[in-house]
Amino acid sequence: MEEKKITVALAGNPNSGKTTLFNSLTGSTAHVGNWPGVTVDKREGTYKKLEKPIHVIDLPGIYSLSPYTPEEVVSRNYILDEKPDCVINVVDATNLERNLYLTTQLLEIDVPVVVALNMSDVVRKNGDKIDAKALREKLGVPVVEISALKEENLDELMGEAYRASFEKREGKTVIEQKELLHLINDIKIAFKGKGVENPLFHAVKLAEFDELEVGMHPDLIEMVKEFKTSHQDEVFGDDFEALIADARYTYISKHYASALTRAEGGEKSKEEKEKLTLSDKLDKVFTHRIWAIPIFIVIMFFMFHFTFSEDLFFIGRFTALAQGVAFDDLELIKNPGWVRFLSADYLTPLEDLGALNGVPSIGVWLQSQLGFCTGSLIDVIRQGFAGIGLEGNWFASLMCDGLFTGLDAVLSFVPQILILFLFIAILEDSGYMARIAFILDRAFRKFGLSGKAFIPMLTGFGCSVPAIMATRTLEDEREKNRTIRLMTCFSCGAKAPIWALLAAVGVYAGFDGGVFVFSIYLIGISAAVIYALFMKLFSKSQYVSPFIMELPAYHLPQFRNVMAHLWEKLKHYLIKAGTIIAACTIVIWFLSNFNWNLSLGMVAIEESILADLGRVFNYFFYPIAPLEGGWTYAPAWGVGDGWKYSVSTLTGLIAKEDVVATMAELGLVEGTIALQVEGVYSFALYNLFTIPCFAAIGATHGEQKGKEFWLTILWWFAMSYGAATLCYWLMHFCRTLPALGYPLLVVLVGGVVAAGFVVARRHKKALLAADNA
Amino acid sequence: MLLKLDEMSKGETGLIKRVEGEGKFRRRLFDMGVTPGAEVYLRKKAPLGDPIEITIRGYELSLRKAEASLVLVEVSERDGDK
Repeated sequence: MEEKKITVALAGNPNSGKTTLFNSLTGSTAHVGNWPGVTVDKREGTYKKLEKPIHVIDLPGIYSLSPYTPEEVVSRNYILDEKPDCVINVVDATNLERNLYLTTQLLEIDVPVVVALNMSDVVRKNGDKIDAKALREKLGVPVVEISALKEENLDELMGEAYRASFEKREGKTVIEQKELLHLINDIKIAFKGKGVENPLFHAVKLAEFDELEVGMHPDLIEMVKEFKTSHQDEVFGDDFEALIADARYTYISKHYASALTRAEGGEKSKEEKEKLTLSDKLDKVFTHRIWAIPIFIVIMFFMFHFTFSEDLFFIGRFTALAQGVAFDDLELIKNPGWVRFLSADYLTPLEDLGALNGVPSIGVWLQSQLGFCTGSLIDVIRQGFAGIGLEGNWFASLMCDGLFTGLDAVLSFVPQILILFLFIAILEDSGYMARIAFILDRAFRKFGLSGKAFIPMLTGFGCSVPAIMATRTLEDEREKNRTIRLMTCFSCGAKAPIWALLAAVGVYAGFDGGVFVFSIYLIGISAAVIYALFMKLFSKSQYVSPFIMELPAYHLPQFRNVMAHLWEKLKHYLIKAGTIIAACTIVIWFLSNFNWNLSLGMVAIEESILADLGRVFNYFFYPIAPLEGGWTYAPAWGVGDGWKYSVSTLTGLIAKEDVVATMAELGLVEGTIALQVEGVYSFALYNLFTIPCFAAIGATHGEQKGKEFWLTILWWFAMSYGAATLCYWLMHFCRTLPALGYPLLVVLVGGVVAAGFVVARRHKKALLAADNA
Repeated sequence: MLLKLDEMSKGETGLIKRVEGEGKFRRRLFDMGVTPGAEVYLRKKAPLGDPIEITIRGYELSLRKAEASLVLVEVSERDGDK
């Protein structure tokens, strides 16, 4: 054992304090990665307080070793295949009954196990007492009372784990039912004969008709089936799955009760309990029949307000009102008030008028401070280059306009990611996130999503990057994929300048700017609903992921856990998104600054490779909006000036703000944008639905693997192309050929409504079928 | 009186008799402690009426009515509110 590093794995229920224990044990040595193939966090670190460093792995929180959730599969495979030297089973001592269920499964594996009775300080405080010795005798493995939060007894725990890891332990089962035990022993012997490792564990799982086992040992399943027909239990029939689950719980209730001494007064009645804990009181308010949703809306409002608002508490707006600045009269802006409100344009004219222009939220403030710093730094470097006579030199430009600008783009998201995830970490750590799912499940389930999808979606209106990162909280892979793909439907903050610019064009193209921006947001949300509807319509199974979820007791979020969470998210973002953004920015820089004669040096964007690509790419956009001239002003965005729009959508990949910037650079400003109304809408919808910025692509790559990732990119592209084309032609026909246009519109709307009905009917049927089962 | 779990009213206590359904659903219920013989207390319903929250094996579990309807519960007396 001298040469090998000891590896200890932490296994336990979610909310058992496992992560707190991990953080306490490993401190700054912890680092987070992904388990191969799935986006489940893998935490590793080193415990250094023993004579030898111990490698600690935090397995995902699980309730069972069933093969149904990615977390369960990861944990199961890790323990069975990677064979840690010891498993520390973290058990919430305040809820022994359910927590020990996993323990009974872990004990069946041939691996040393140490049970850590976490939160034993809380048990003591409640006046209860757990007889660790008795429990140790019953389970046959070391049991240590600890408090991960107060760091009590951690050294003792690790000492036990260290000692245990040198011993061999053979799996044992708690199943006492005679016939069942007989069957399990038979399978176990057969497994042993075949040289299968952990024969007992596999035998029990096979008897349960566990999916993975049945697939692995088709030869032995006959034996189980035969046994099943010959043996009929009077209570459960031949239902071994129920029998085994029951056997575990029977064992637990028999033994944990004797090890647990309740405080004076004995077992409390449920009604008494309800009056006692603070958590229950809070829950009464937070999930109140009437107040739950208003409270939720207020919490959400402040969360996003603090992260994304340009005008904290609307001070600027109120001050303006108080000072009698009727800013709808301001000649400075042509957009209606609430369009400016969305893009916070009203702050600039207020500043021009010398009025107090409000205070930005912490997220925006940090972002602008950081932007100021990085911007100034780039300026200084630029001047430095100029100072040594390198002004306009390609290298100076590569550094300043390419690399540093790219890094600046990476950094610019950091403040809002931090603030938003601070809130999300608090929501999750406190237990409120589970309640959000509880409150909203009914409304979201109809679209094949759970209530938890609400947070990423709402975040999407601020910024897609943290929104996509926040989909990590969704347990179901399919739901996560759907939510990520829906993300572009929610117009992010960086797209607001595009809407503001296009709204101003309305004066010439003959539509109302306010209605335009409103309709863009509305179309986005409707598209999300329609998308979810059609996903349900065309998915083969009507399967909705089960919503069988623990509602953990509320507790104060722990500073260290929240900080660790933030640091993980930040690092993940910087590595994943950072590299993609920096690389892609440099590519775009190169394309927009050089022409095909590379050696001739830098050129204006009109003559660049990017412009040519835009001209080529433009043919590709041709079907979206092919009609040139003819009406009032303008060629549509597919032709004529069209390539300029195409190039703008390309640079929009760096950041959506760059769409407007590039348009300006190419001379497309308010007075010169000569699009018809259908051109404006199709250009807007293309930008709304299309592949978001590189940062969002990076974040997506962090959450989706392989095929799913490329499907998402393809989906975004197809969606934007399809929506822009459809919108163009529909509006065009409605305007020029109403006899064709309006019936077409009716057919389309009718189709969507019909699809809605079909889904609703199927949903009802599925429910009825479940009822009748 | 044998009821489906989703038919219980708030504040009622019952004893689980049978768990129907199959595969993942059922397994998940078992893993979370919803097994025949367990005592269950209906704590509350969500603001929109669904899902429901129960107390089982000393902790709080929420599940949808569709899932709860697969669980059959023996409710001893029905004296209304509690």
